[in-house]
Amino acid sequence: MSLLEIRNLHATVAGREILKGIDLTVNAGEVHAIMGPNGSGKSTLAQVLSGRDLYHVTEGEIVYDGKDLLAMPPEDRAREGVFMAFQYPVEIPGVSNLYFLKAALNATRKHQGLADLDAMDFLALVKEKMALMEMEQALLSRPVNTGFSGGEKKRNEIFQMAVLEPRLAILDETDSGLDIDALKVVANGVNSLRSPQRAMIVVTHYQRLLNYIVPDFVHVLAEGRIVKSGGKELALELEETGYVGIEEVVERA
Amino acid sequence: MSTPANTIETFANQEYKWGFVSDIAAETIPEGLNEDVIRLISHKKNEPEFMLEWRLKAYRHWLTMKEPDWANVHYPPIDYQKMVYYAAPKTNVDRPKSLDEVDPELLRTYEKLGIPLQERELLAGVAVDAVFDSVSVATTFKSKLAEVGIIFCSFSEAVQDHPDLIKKYLGTVVPSSDNFFAALNSAVFSDGSFCYVPKGVRCPMELSTYFRINAKNTGQFERTLIIADEGAYVSYLEGCTAPMRDTNQLHAAVVELIALDNAQIKYSTVQNWYPGDKQGRGGIYNFVTKRGACRGVHSKISWTQVETGSAITWKYPSCLLIGDHSVGEFYSVALTNHYQQADTGTKMIHIGKNTTSTIVSKGISAGHGQNTYRGAVKILKSASHARNYSQCDSMLLGDKCGAHTFPYLEVKNTSSQVEHEASTSKIGEDQIFYCRQRGISTEDAVSMIVHGFCKEVFRELPMEFAVEAQKLLGVSLEGSVG
Repeated sequence: MSLLEIRNLHATVAGREILKGIDLTVNAGEVHAIMGPNGSGKSTLAQVLSGRDLYHVTEGEIVYDGKDLLAMPPEDRAREGVFMAFQYPVEIPGVSNLYFLKAALNATRKHQGLADLDAMDFLALVKEKMALMEMEQALLSRPVNTGFSGGEKKRNEIFQMAVLEPRLAILDETDSGLDIDALKVVANGVNSLRSPQRAMIVVTHYQRLLNYIVPDFVHVLAEGRIVKSGGKELALELEETGYVGIEEVVERA
Repeated sequence: MSTPANTIETFANQEYKWGFVSDIAAETIPEGLNEDVIRLISHKKNEPEFMLEWRLKAYRHWLTMKEPDWANVHYPPIDYQKMVYYAAPKTNVDRPKSLDEVDPELLRTYEKLGIPLQERELLAGVAVDAVFDSVSVATTFKSKLAEVGIIFCSFSEAVQDHPDLIKKYLGTVVPSSDNFFAALNSAVFSDGSFCYVPKGVRCPMELSTYFRINAKNTGQFERTLIIADEGAYVSYLEGCTAPMRDTNQLHAAVVELIALDNAQIKYSTVQNWYPGDKQGRGGIYNFVTKRGACRGVHSKISWTQVETGSAITWKYPSCLLIGDHSVGEFYSVALTNHYQQADTGTKMIHIGKNTTSTIVSKGISAGHGQNTYRGAVKILKSASHARNYSQCDSMLLGDKCGAHTFPYLEVKNTSSQVEHEASTSKIGEDQIFYCRQRGISTEDAVSMIVHGFCKEVFRELPMEFAVEAQKLLGVSLEGSVG
């Protein structure tokens, strides 16, 4: 059984249809890249998967691990192992990064019937994952994303992912706003989290990120539909031709 | 759904539902206020002549005063002749026999707040025959305090046992003519707490548990007087995070604090009186006058308040910074949900040289709540090199609530420094969604975000109180988002 099965997904935002019939199957262990021009629906797909209520699903279904994903509130999706690395991570003043992460981890553990992780074990876990992301320990005691640089925010997202160990990770434009050094660190972190039990959906506008996080599959989204799917070479092809050709395909269809 | 207009109408139509009901108990006097009623109150409390005179003087002044209308709060007119001004502590006859007879909603709240079982009975006003713990606990505390010479007792006891101290300090910070509600309180006050910490003594415990157990039935006109003599220190906790039931609608308390040379008083409040129902019906009117006088050099008075209850809060804990180098602090969290209204803040009056004051106010509005910060910083000519720092932050949840800020500043010399910062933020759907995407429920997310917002104030609270206050905010905000 596949981990994620999206069938004929239609979704609207403020009454406007953005996704117009998406079909996608993702198996555990696979990394799928979703590419496409601005406004093609990439981010909408990520938001729908994570349960953002600004987006309304009008048709279709999403089966995750044999369960109806659309019937679950966002927090249950998260507790079941769906993680989204946000394009724009939100600042929460006054709430320390460490406290936030502990609340998140323990919410998931509770859902799984496990006891809360005690402070010592939690700290040990966190330190191990921080090393992975080359993060400074000072970031732990700072308020969530508050005053973080763009790079620090993105790094913090992947760090959270490392701690929460999701089964399905959705990376929404994780490369945006990163310089090349930060991009490498983030990509290294992501790569170290690849595993046969875990699937990833990497949403990106540019091929650049895929040099470092090499996908198993690439899908091109345009006007709310997947217009082309292929292997990692498809991304390189797009890098050469751009999305212009793709838009023509859609127009002719 | 009721519109605000007809809610106010309903509110107006049942102004007597919650308060002002005369009790059938024998120890109650008829409704209304006149000199005879005041004589009777004083007589029943067996007060010395000077107390009666003091009350009468306050009453006569009150008659010449007008109820203030400048606050940003709205309520139907109060008929002061329809209130009962003296009721002996309730007999067990009118009380619920057990928790089974108490509103289940209230019990659920106690549970969420983790209030110990025995205290739940007390708070809900259940008739408990043997006043179980309180006698022994009180005795233990009292003897421990007496060892170091601290006087801590009810106001009535202090009038009997320490009339000299009462005579010397009562009304010296909040004169009986200070304002309409303070004058009313001075005329008819029922009871409250008295504390005197002698020279050089550091109070060995937070004065909390004792109070919590003994504060029942202090009534609607509470009076508190705390004196820290030279070099003394005391931390006093008022109130309780558990919702308190009371049938009196109007509460008009007066608190006076006096700090002499090098003395420190830390006064923390958690106020959670009945706020009214979700439509804004009922609820306590909490019109309180709190003021501290830093009389001595290097003295310090620090107010910390968490206001989540009451239908209307009208309250400005203030500091008179008289002694040179004295310090005044005000840390406040005020939350209004549903149809609650709060007009609260502080006054820092700088009189002595090199006096400093700090104001940190956090207002949270949800539902149809209206939250007003009103603060005055006054630096007199004599207060050279005075400094003030004020920070007023407002947070809005939803789009039907309101936040208002009225800072008044008056500086009469050129050597002083005043700094004011203000911000208004809306708790974002983005923030809540971010938390939910990490597995944190909406309720926990709101509570976490609000707690983060209030952090600077909570860290001023004594440890255990801070934890309770955080839980309380969470419970008070339930259902306000999503």
